[in-house]
Amino acid sequence: MAKTLPKKDVVVLGFGWTGAIIAKELTEAGLDVVALERGPMQDTNPDGIYPQTMDELTYNSRRKLFADLSRETVTIRHTARDTALPNRQLGAFLPGNGVGGAGLHWSGVHFRVDPMELRMRSHYEERYGRKFIPEDMTIQDFGVTYDELEPYFDFAEKVFGTSGTAWTVKGRNVGAGQGGNPFAPDRSHPFPLPAQMNSVSARLFGQAAEAVGYHPYNMPSANTSGPYTNPYGAQMGPCNFCGFCSGYACYMYSKASPNVNILPALRMDPRFELRTQCQVTRINLAADGKTATGVTYVDAAGQETIQPADIVAVCMFQFNNARMLLLSGIGKPYDPETNTGVVGRNFAYQNMATIKVFFDKSQHTTNPFMGAGGNGIAVDDFNADNFDHGPAGFVGGSPFWVNQAGTKPISGTTAPPGTPSWGSGWKKAVAEAYTHHVSMDAHGAHQSYRANYLSLDPTYKDAYGNPLLRMTFDWQPNDIRMNLFMQDKMSAIAKAMGGKAMSLSGKKDGSRFDTNSYQTTHLNGGAIMGSDPRTSVVNRYLQSWDVHNVFVLGASAFPQGLGYNPTGLVAALAYWSARAIRDQYLKQPGALLKA
Amino acid sequence: MIQNEKPGNPARRAFFRKSLPIVPVTALAAAGGATALVASSGNHLPEVPGPAVNTSLARAADYHPSYFSADEYRFVQAAVARLIPQDELGPGALEAGVPEFIDRQMNTPYASGANWYMQGPFEPSAPPELGYQLKLNVREIYRLGISAANQWCSRNLGKAFADLPPEQQDKALAAMEHGADGFENLPSRTFFSMLWGNTREGFFSDPIHGGNKDMVGWKLIGFPGARADFMDWIERDEAYPQPPVSIEGQRG
Repeated sequence: MAKTLPKKDVVVLGFGWTGAIIAKELTEAGLDVVALERGPMQDTNPDGIYPQTMDELTYNSRRKLFADLSRETVTIRHTARDTALPNRQLGAFLPGNGVGGAGLHWSGVHFRVDPMELRMRSHYEERYGRKFIPEDMTIQDFGVTYDELEPYFDFAEKVFGTSGTAWTVKGRNVGAGQGGNPFAPDRSHPFPLPAQMNSVSARLFGQAAEAVGYHPYNMPSANTSGPYTNPYGAQMGPCNFCGFCSGYACYMYSKASPNVNILPALRMDPRFELRTQCQVTRINLAADGKTATGVTYVDAAGQETIQPADIVAVCMFQFNNARMLLLSGIGKPYDPETNTGVVGRNFAYQNMATIKVFFDKSQHTTNPFMGAGGNGIAVDDFNADNFDHGPAGFVGGSPFWVNQAGTKPISGTTAPPGTPSWGSGWKKAVAEAYTHHVSMDAHGAHQSYRANYLSLDPTYKDAYGNPLLRMTFDWQPNDIRMNLFMQDKMSAIAKAMGGKAMSLSGKKDGSRFDTNSYQTTHLNGGAIMGSDPRTSVVNRYLQSWDVHNVFVLGASAFPQGLGYNPTGLVAALAYWSARAIRDQYLKQPGALLKA
Repeated sequence: MIQNEKPGNPARRAFFRKSLPIVPVTALAAAGGATALVASSGNHLPEVPGPAVNTSLARAADYHPSYFSADEYRFVQAAVARLIPQDELGPGALEAGVPEFIDRQMNTPYASGANWYMQGPFEPSAPPELGYQLKLNVREIYRLGISAANQWCSRNLGKAFADLPPEQQDKALAAMEHGADGFENLPSRTFFSMLWGNTREGFFSDPIHGGNKDMVGWKLIGFPGARADFMDWIERDEAYPQPPVSIEGQRG
């Protein structure tokens, strides 16, 4: 028998970046907010204290801060003709677990977005013609522009304490020759903090990129270049390049996280409550199906509990958002046969390639154990539509960069091609290579296709007896063409570095999606935003077209994958959505836009 | 941790040497082919130059496994000694305590597959791109894998793995790595990949987990451990000069 609790104004599902942002904004608006987090309490202390946190085995290899797959996972298949199988061990992507979510263990790469990527389909049709976009490619416009989002990018950077170098501020060039990005859109303010110092690897990359005619710039990093206090009064210490960002909680309070940058302020507010180890199983709907009445969850003691609420903010990891809508019967599930329905549509990822350059020890020492997750040097010459895609013959772009985030010895030993895979030959090669190599990535955009979508699995269930989410996903010819192109362009930089050997890992003709090796945790879509309810789950304010008091935040709203990392846009959209709820929805609850 | 241990103290070194267990001759070949050294020292762990190394490395031989049987442990010792051998660059996985690390790991949630999705149905013949699809957890992979490896070695090379000469052991490991025919109970690649992954973990993880004794893995490649502050070093194109430090504050 389920227990029913007193009603709250807002129930937030999941407490990562978007959950923290919406909870903060709505308590500020005077609402009573409860956040339900499926995982445990986690925080800098004790989960990130020095020196215990500097334990690669526990945190990275044994996945301390990552999702517990014994309770829930996804199933994966390449095509709709195959049988999907569970992702039994984490590999390709690493969702978070517990308070802070993936925002506790992320790296800190904090980009905005290239404005054209928000109007992807319109832009490509205008410049290259409708026929340039493959028929089965389902890319769309977001339904919101960069200019509309700019104030929210600006505020999010102030909350995160982001370090970087602006190109233009209110139209005035401030970044030429200073490490700014000539392809960056205009800003209303400089970064809250100046760019961090750069590693030797990043500097070598920047010099080589410049030598081949590209335009290197300082990556925007949510790792602090100096001491900082954000608008909520949360304090951050200066990053000391310890190299334990990705996969770890930052003991220096230098890497932005929901735990460091927002939770301390929320904790002071009696209108906010955070309940951990609460697994939401359903969003409950009123009899007419037009509004949500709250959620049902299983608490830490196993008690099924109903939490009534006026507003439901779905703030879980990308694919869990899509799954929650499917489990709750909100929105019509996508059918790839007929290309109708919306939930699960436009599932996309990122399209990566990596090159490593190996130096002789007399050439360079790169000390790869030093670094910071968001810190580095990048080029945008082949990102977005900064180059002519006509002759290239594919849709999408990639920034290239070196962000030496701290390469640790279990996961990070590397050796030039031709090295034996174990034994004395391997030992000698890794001993030589470790402090004398540099690794660079093409961090590519990924498009959405009719063939790649999310649905509920017919066979496998989670620990609560509910169907797992099923990913139907594989690389399409456009992705392979783009990846090969980027490998070639990035190789020019790698060659200009003058090392003694080079290794390349990227896609080849016939490459299938491989769940074993880490790519990125940047999954997108499934509950996308847009201006047409026939092709989107939520409107431009991230409000469900079908159930007006349900808002779905996060990268699940992206109609396709960005060239950049998604967290910056995820945060800006969360502030944008929160502002619409505060200024419009609370005054007159109902659909903010006509369907 | 033994706090009063003076690394350079010859008396203590002698004590540790004397207190080492007698190791059967059959196991000696596994120790990186160090038979000559063993004969002179009465210790299957070869002498390592440098005052700071010997005492803590000696403890690698003292460990009594809690999961593995004696025979299984002999296999683990012999196999890791070939995967990362003792050679002119210094101690290998055996000397670094990797067998102890792997045995200790068998008693962790990881080894029972606690954070893996382990509900059926299982499809072991799935394409490799879909990831691990066996019903076995880590403990079971080792138990079945060691037994299968020894049977495979007996059938194809005439002896159990630990009793083979080093070149034959290398041949057996290479066969397992690339997929050995007639390997029973589980694919040889699955077993090899688990063993090799855990060997690297034991060689390179913090000594708190039982391997990487005296931080020999870190010293080999130049990783400084839990040093934690490189603000003054991030921009320098030169080798970081400080030796490693572990979570418990040992210095290398």
